Amino acid sequence: MPNPARIHPLADRLSAGNGVILSPVESRERISLRADPTTAKALGTAIGLNLPTKPTGVTTKGNKSAFWIGPDEWLLIGPDNGSMAKALEKVGRQVYSATDISHRNTAITVSGAKAVEALNSGCPRDLSLDAFPVKSCSRTVLGKAEIILWRTGNQEFHVECWRSFSDYVWKFLVDATRSA
Amino acid sequence: MLLIHCPYCEEERPELEFAGAGEAHIERPKNMADISDEDFEKFFFIRENQKGLVYERWRHIHGCGRFFNAVRHSVSDKFIKTYKAGEKKPKLTKAEIEAVLPPAKNTPANEPVYTDGAKQKG
Ligand SMILES: [Zn+2]
Repeated sequence: MPNPARIHPLADRLSAGNGVILSPVESRERISLRADPTTAKALGTAIGLNLPTKPTGVTTKGNKSAFWIGPDEWLLIGPDNGSMAKALEKVGRQVYSATDISHRNTAITVSGAKAVEALNSGCPRDLSLDAFPVKSCSRTVLGKAEIILWRTGNQEFHVECWRSFSDYVWKFLVDATRSA
Repeated sequence: MLLIHCPYCEEERPELEFAGAGEAHIERPKNMADISDEDFEKFFFIRENQKGLVYERWRHIHGCGRFFNAVRHSVSDKFIKTYKAGEKKPKLTKAEIEAVLPPAKNTPANEPVYTDGAKQKG
């Protein structure tokens, strides 16, 4: 019998050395939410998490987080159980689109004393703590891939990328680690 | 790396996150089916391609995803100002321009063009 379980694109990978630790983030529920900012409140109430309204904003409650991507775009990440999609179905009478991208994206945790150097070898964004403090996020690029970068600690980042780019992003970061 | 101020992200971001999208403030005719071929050509194909200050659309494609407008000097590649889509074409003062493009270096390659729509020399 074939096993119907979905295989994580970065299953069993781990990289540590030269001051950078890379580890795959476990499967999560992810929603790409597009809506007029005036409906943000109602949508936030539905999922039990206020949507951030300022650029680079992140709000977190328990194990759910909402990320400001653009003036009418948010990324929602939560436990891998479909609960946010179900909650959003019940909003009604609001114009918005919620697309399940749980399996389009995957993520890598990049941490360690040289995490910033490793990321900056392919990401041109200013990652100093003044310009990109803890709990901020933005869509940007890493090498040839588009990523969403979330700073979870002074030396810890969540790198969100497309599943099909994840092998490239992982190997890019491993290479970057060698010279960081 | 060139840094571009995104009016939606409210900060300077690296140029790799952006894509240019041609001349700005081109109004689409409301009576498209009625206009002559010459007028359509003018609307659709003909662009100023001015040497000096140009008004352009840009898109923060690997950031917030938004289109916005920018005033850029086409010789030095310096951005004078960026503003949100839908906002009026800004009238720039000499001081605003000179804050980014110092008048001291009037080499032919960096010939300042202070007013938009000024006659081109050479
Ligand atoms: Zn932006």
